[in-house]
Amino acid sequence: MTRKERRIYFILIGLATLSTAVALVMTAFEDNIVYFHSPTDIATRTDLQKDRRLRLGGLVKQGSWQKESDGLTHTFFVTDTAHDIRVAYKGIMPDLFREGQGVVMEGRLQQDGSFRADEVLAKHDENYMPKEVADSLRKAGMWKGADKN
Amino acid sequence: MIPEIGQFSLVLALFVALAQGTVPLIGAVRGWGDWMALAGTAANVQFLLVIAAFACLTQAYVVSDFSVANVAHNSHTLKPLLYKISGVWGNHEGSMVLWVSILALFGLAVAQFGDNLPPSLRARVLAIQGLIGAAFLAFILFTSNPFLRLDPAPLEGRGLNPILQDPGLAFHPPFLYLGYVGFSMAFSFAVAALIEGRVDPAWARWVRPWTLAAWCALTVGIALGSWWAYYELGWGGWWFWDPVENASFIPWLVGTALLHSAIVVEKRDALKSWTVLLAILAFSMSLLGTFLVRSGVLTSVHTFASDPERGVFILGLLLLVIGGSLTLYAIRAPALKGGGLFAPVSREGALVFNNLMLTTAAAVVLLGTLYPLILDAVGGGKVSVGTPFYNATFVPLMIPVLLACTVGAMLTWKRADISGVLGRLKLAFTGVMIVIVTAGYILGITELLAALGFGVAAWLVLGSAVELGDRIGLLRLSPGAALRRAVGLPRAAWGMAIAHGAVGIMVAGITASTAFRTESIQLMRPGEDITVAGYNLRFDGATAIRGPNYTAARGLFTVRKNGEIVTILTPEKRQYPAEGSNTTEAGIRTTIAGDLYAVLGERASNGAWSTRIYFNPLVAWIWAGAILMAVGGMVSLTDRRYRVGAPKPAQSRPAKPAPDTAEA
Repeated sequence: MTRKERRIYFILIGLATLSTAVALVMTAFEDNIVYFHSPTDIATRTDLQKDRRLRLGGLVKQGSWQKESDGLTHTFFVTDTAHDIRVAYKGIMPDLFREGQGVVMEGRLQQDGSFRADEVLAKHDENYMPKEVADSLRKAGMWKGADKN
Repeated sequence: MIPEIGQFSLVLALFVALAQGTVPLIGAVRGWGDWMALAGTAANVQFLLVIAAFACLTQAYVVSDFSVANVAHNSHTLKPLLYKISGVWGNHEGSMVLWVSILALFGLAVAQFGDNLPPSLRARVLAIQGLIGAAFLAFILFTSNPFLRLDPAPLEGRGLNPILQDPGLAFHPPFLYLGYVGFSMAFSFAVAALIEGRVDPAWARWVRPWTLAAWCALTVGIALGSWWAYYELGWGGWWFWDPVENASFIPWLVGTALLHSAIVVEKRDALKSWTVLLAILAFSMSLLGTFLVRSGVLTSVHTFASDPERGVFILGLLLLVIGGSLTLYAIRAPALKGGGLFAPVSREGALVFNNLMLTTAAAVVLLGTLYPLILDAVGGGKVSVGTPFYNATFVPLMIPVLLACTVGAMLTWKRADISGVLGRLKLAFTGVMIVIVTAGYILGITELLAALGFGVAAWLVLGSAVELGDRIGLLRLSPGAALRRAVGLPRAAWGMAIAHGAVGIMVAGITASTAFRTESIQLMRPGEDITVAGYNLRFDGATAIRGPNYTAARGLFTVRKNGEIVTILTPEKRQYPAEGSNTTEAGIRTTIAGDLYAVLGERASNGAWSTRIYFNPLVAWIWAGAILMAVGGMVSLTDRRYRVGAPKPAQSRPAKPAPDTAEA
């Protein structure tokens, strides 16, 4: 086998690998990307699919955090100060979940417009404001904090 | 006074690094021996200066000198000594000092052990190392000074983020940095070789051990991080495809490819320009990882502070290093003539396949990591790319590599007899079939994918065993003769078999813990019990306890199996008053079969506690596999061709009576 033939072989195999990867990535992007939405998005946009996983972020509304009678399901409102969305989450809250602080959840929108979270993303310290939340609050005109977290 | 000495050392180190980065390069062009020799001296001096700075910072932490802003922000008098020391790199500034310390250590190693390198190559390698060091020292001094003073000094520090106060995490950054920075060696050698216009087996014989050492450290570092996330975050998971995890995983994938392609350069004098490219990419990905983690574009536990100035500095550095080295590559690489020819089915061919798949996988992970950032930057909305994406892309790309790995390891160089190799793997193949059928039978047809996962694991373990057995003639020769051959077998061959088998162990752990995890969340009153995966856990209430710098509620679970007490689990929920935050300490019982994992949640109004119990089958195999992979790498490092270390071909391979000297 000459050098040239070898090179052609490698280029062909390389292209095959690459196109497989591209095909995998394209289909995976289609199905598996999770979009972030603010409470205002969810309250006002009608194009959001109910069966798709999405992320919701905002502030935990003061005084809204309750437990249901099973002792495990937490309910609270997430707000960007313009709109509030009711959230239900069954499980143990991350250590730093507090009222009045930023939070990001992943889950699905329910028919009644509430949000069922199956994952509450842990924040790592109490001063931390998730970037998405800070941005959406800034959009709602309420975020007064510095740009630095 | 001592912090000022540290600061002054860093300033001096910057100047030494600048000298190290320029004078030897000129010397190498002009052929001036004394200018080139300066590289070694400068590397020694730079090491002393940087280590002095590191020692000064450590001293400030140990004695809790809160007049140093960095210490005041990240330490506390009540912290145990281990975490005072690990606090040195538990923050942005200190971790950068650790970064340059390790860089200087590698520079020292080349200066000390590089006598047998051609003088111009040695000078150039050290000069590139010096330039990298200068860039990072400038970064520290101009944007992240660890020795800034506070006046007046506070009486007490703010403490270290409690989730970082953990033995597993104390050693995670040093290992990770040993890996990241270790790839700078391969990078410096690659750039030096491009300047020289020469890549030969002697070059690869130098690059390979450094890459291997860096790769081992990176493997351990990632494993420690994953293990920490598993027991400290209390979610029972061990890998989240978090961008920060990916930032360390991408260099690992590229480094693994480099490790394999360097073998081809060393043994067959082929794939030269590709190997040089991989060396550049491995370090570039390390820098990109540092940038992603340190610049604040990603928010996570690793983002100590997001300061746009730092981000811009690292981004500039990144563009300079990647752009500069790739430009140099584009100009010089065509001059690197390939050596030995080989057929597609050959050891070389298999290693090329390995490289293609690993780099493609790295590219996919990189894309998944950067996509949300890019989309946000162009105003396309905020998205997150999580586990399902990687399951659909990364996993299918990895499976062919794992399947080919066993076969590739048995192929001969240049041209191989594939049917002969497959024939020799008959035993392994039979074993794999037994595993798949047994697993399918026990687990049911619905778990076909898991059964196949176990099949892949068995293929790697059995294939490596067969390969090793075949080499030492286990079934062909008498036990004595086989033992003698086993002892005489090159360490590199042992290392390869261990590392490949270790991947199999890891795959088994990943398959089992992903497919068969049991999770149970409930409210428990003291005295109540629950059965999870055959274990009966009785909750005996929670008591308040007091640690050195925290208070905690400690739950008590009596665990029985078949009526007998096997262990007591004591998960905790800790409050750290100094830092004003809480952590969860899971109670874990690890066995070979799996981990029983208990988490204490919140107390409900009626005296009950919410609790979460997991059973994670075979999960410990994941880290055992990772550590064993690193062990394989280290065994390979002790191979005599590196110990003898002479890149002169005449001396490197003394004639040996053993007939089987094919090395991995």
